[in-house]
Amino acid sequence: MTELTRLTIAGARDALRRGDITSVELTDALNAAVDGGDRLNAYAHKTPDVAAKQAKAADERLKSGEAPDLCGIPLGIKDLFCTEGVASQAASRILDGFKPQYESTVTSQLFRDGAVMLGKLNMDEFAMGSSNETSTYGAAVNPWRDETGADLTPGGSSGGSASAVAADLCLGATGTDTGGSIRQPAAFTGITGIKPTYGRCSRWGIIAFASSLDQAGPMTRDVRDAAIMLRAMSGHDPKDSTSADLPVPDFEAMLTGDIRGKVIGIPREYRMEGMPAEIEQLWTDGIAMLKDAGAEIRDISLPHTKYALPAYYVIAPAEASSNLARYDGVRFGHRAKLGQGDGITEMYEKTRAEGFGHEVQRRVMVGTYVLSAGFYDAYYNRARKVRALIKRDFDQVFAEGVDAILTPATPSSAFALGAMKDADPVQMYLNDVFTVTVNLAGLPGISVPAGLDAKGLPLGLQLIGRPWEEGDLLNTAYALEQAAGFVSKPEKWW
Amino acid sequence: MLDLTFEAPAPKVIQGAKEEWELVIGLEVHAQVSTRAKLFSGASTEFGAEPNSNVAFVDAGMPGMLPVINEGCVAQAVRTGLGLKAEINLRSAFDRKNYFYPDLPQGYQISQLYHPIVGEGEVIVEMAPGVARRVRIERIHLEQDAGKSIHDMDPAMSFVDLNRTGVALMEIVSRPDIRGPEEAAAYVGKLRQIMRYLGTCDGNMQNGNLRADVNVSVCRPGDYEKYQETQDFGHLGTRCEIKNMNSMRFIQQAIEFEARRQIAILEDGGSIVQETRLYDPDKGETRSMRSKEEAHDYRYFPDPDLLPLEIEQAWVDDIKAHLPELPDQKKARFMADFGLSDYDAGVLTAELANAIYFEAVVNHVEAKDGKLAANWVINELFGRLKKDDLGIEASPVSPAQLGEVVALISKGDISGKIAKELFEIVYTEGGEPAKIVEERGMKQVTDTGAIEAAVDEIIAANPAQVEKAKQNPKLAGWFVGQVMKATGGKANPAAVNQIVTGKLGL
Repeated sequence: MTELTRLTIAGARDALRRGDITSVELTDALNAAVDGGDRLNAYAHKTPDVAAKQAKAADERLKSGEAPDLCGIPLGIKDLFCTEGVASQAASRILDGFKPQYESTVTSQLFRDGAVMLGKLNMDEFAMGSSNETSTYGAAVNPWRDETGADLTPGGSSGGSASAVAADLCLGATGTDTGGSIRQPAAFTGITGIKPTYGRCSRWGIIAFASSLDQAGPMTRDVRDAAIMLRAMSGHDPKDSTSADLPVPDFEAMLTGDIRGKVIGIPREYRMEGMPAEIEQLWTDGIAMLKDAGAEIRDISLPHTKYALPAYYVIAPAEASSNLARYDGVRFGHRAKLGQGDGITEMYEKTRAEGFGHEVQRRVMVGTYVLSAGFYDAYYNRARKVRALIKRDFDQVFAEGVDAILTPATPSSAFALGAMKDADPVQMYLNDVFTVTVNLAGLPGISVPAGLDAKGLPLGLQLIGRPWEEGDLLNTAYALEQAAGFVSKPEKWW
Repeated sequence: MLDLTFEAPAPKVIQGAKEEWELVIGLEVHAQVSTRAKLFSGASTEFGAEPNSNVAFVDAGMPGMLPVINEGCVAQAVRTGLGLKAEINLRSAFDRKNYFYPDLPQGYQISQLYHPIVGEGEVIVEMAPGVARRVRIERIHLEQDAGKSIHDMDPAMSFVDLNRTGVALMEIVSRPDIRGPEEAAAYVGKLRQIMRYLGTCDGNMQNGNLRADVNVSVCRPGDYEKYQETQDFGHLGTRCEIKNMNSMRFIQQAIEFEARRQIAILEDGGSIVQETRLYDPDKGETRSMRSKEEAHDYRYFPDPDLLPLEIEQAWVDDIKAHLPELPDQKKARFMADFGLSDYDAGVLTAELANAIYFEAVVNHVEAKDGKLAANWVINELFGRLKKDDLGIEASPVSPAQLGEVVALISKGDISGKIAKELFEIVYTEGGEPAKIVEERGMKQVTDTGAIEAAVDEIIAANPAQVEKAKQNPKLAGWFVGQVMKATGGKANPAAVNQIVTGKLGL
């Protein structure tokens, strides 16, 4: 049965359509793998009963011969997505026991196409974190190990998604990306993750972190699977005012691998001081691969890059401080036990103090501070201006003919869980240094596994594309994937 | 467009213990937009539903839920702006106003701080015939209403009803152009009247669909004029805001009290602290709710869930082309077309339903009888309805019936006195007035032959009276009375009068 769990989405789709396997068989195999993978703590809530029912229905549909690509494909769903009747708590204690009465648009589209849900995946609390260590469920663990044998982070915030895909606990997973939360964990676990253009996937039913930056996207074994899954997740949703009313192309059909004549920009500002030699080397190798595939390599400048991280850590907490105000213990989730004489203020204070973890509290406080009277212009408004300049940087290079931009995905490979425990929070925030610009500019970005470092851990390269041209971006990523020939899998130790 | 020439009313002057003071007042009026659905959700806005039954997931602040603007609310705000002769901003945007309260499930109110949908406009508030205050409107913005906290159902618990949460409000902000308590109430009344004409707010103050925050300050005579010249608020006193007033009477009482409170402090050598106050109608006083230092920091910022609101000029033009006739225009037309007095036209246009009723009555009579029709609507119909505590919409007498009564008077078929009897019959029993007059023999006798015969008979029977009347012509009235009595009130009084004076040789 191991082979079944190692299938790609495309491979499983074809086998299902041929009738070589059934969704029930596939789902059983994965449910068993999920149960065997508890050590990885990738799943926060398993839903084998839901999966069994969906698999059975999928097999019926497959028999009828009219099955979409995802029909019968077992997926994991990040805990940030509201799933009807199934615990959805953004890995936060404050949403203890919360089971929505509604289904997020993205998951309802996946289920419309016949996808099977294995369970809800671990993540950083409210998607705030880069190591999955802020989760109320405890950190998910990276299936990859270095020679120390220590538990490594799968990255974050979509750490459970990354761990599950890399460890064959699902064929693909949903993630969300506000500052790098799909691309960084994908890089840390040797899988593919794409954050599409802001507005491509509906945010309706996804628990909000920073509304102007949040985007859903797929995390998969390879680029083809990302193309298949992204198509199902995308599309206009009248329930989300920021969702784009644009047609969704058949991304998979655009994967030709032919990138001859494409112009790939290499931004000099991403060559950070103190960047590990291995990352530098990986980037150089990536440039060579794309060049060999026939692309034109061009040095470009994105001059406002260095202001991106500070701007991001003003805007994202500002929006979060407001988005998280609704978790007050009044209507759902956790409510603190109150003492004699406690009133509404005590209820708010105790509930939020108990319900939110430290990182969430830190960001709520930072966000409240930067929006407060007297500081608004100095922080929030200035950050908005920086954001506009960053977007303009990208607009300019795209206008000058650049088709995609190649950068490292992360400044390092996966680090040990607990390694950053006593570090300055800014050290953790530096994980997002290559990825936040993409969110600030609303662009599509994809992380593709491109090699292993000396410790034997995977490293990823990031490609950034023009808005709404995910098809083109996926095709460039496909060419890079083929050239890199990354086939390594973590050895099963769990 | 209406060209009203009017004088500004004198500002209210309050004599303090030491000197004279004037009032300066500005209002923020919160008007619930008349629409079926809420500002950002499809939930119903119906009043009086079971608690928490008109609540969409987004209204309840459920995780992951998103607001989507209701086009109908935008159209109503534009309509209101046009009705107040205001500029319409084709691009506006929504901001979040952040604060914690259990009846605010999202933890923020979606409002429009930085870019409101409606800009500057004006309202003409008539205080007496030919005397009116021009009140400048600073802006109108759209925002969500909050829910209702209920603290008196249980000794230990509070309850929340979210039916009202997310209902669209228009906040209409005036400049500090109002100079007295009566003007403030009249201003609210005028806004209410205009919005009821436009159909954009039902103006029901009892249900809280129209509420006002009142800003009051006092200044010495002459200071306001300096402010007007320079627009420098430094010439005005420090203001206090009285929150959430939902009665015209309370607005006036609260302003009066607040002004006197401020004057007493100032004359004592104290200074006014800028603060938010509440009016207690039972005690007839305002009291401090929170000072400027305790004021919330609302941390306004653009709502990232909503794109800027962009509307097209053509859409605005279309709304403008379909605006109904507004109260000022209607009143002027009634005065011009039917020769009504300022007062009568004002009474008839105060409520749109009354004006519509009156116009329907007028349709059944000749234009020259408009004034007569107005008298009948105002004096007889309104008086009778008031006696039965009925609204115009429940009137047992239709405009057609009343028009017929008026026409019968105008033609001389019935006297005014008979008309009142006829009206009462129509009111209580219904029926066609002309037919009733015919069937019940109520028709006025205008046959001079019959009247002459009656006059002759009375003259012949009362020779002594005839002699007296010749000495004192005022006594002719006695003969008229006798004739009317003899004819059962049906003789045309004018005709009787003429014949009597002729026969008596007066």
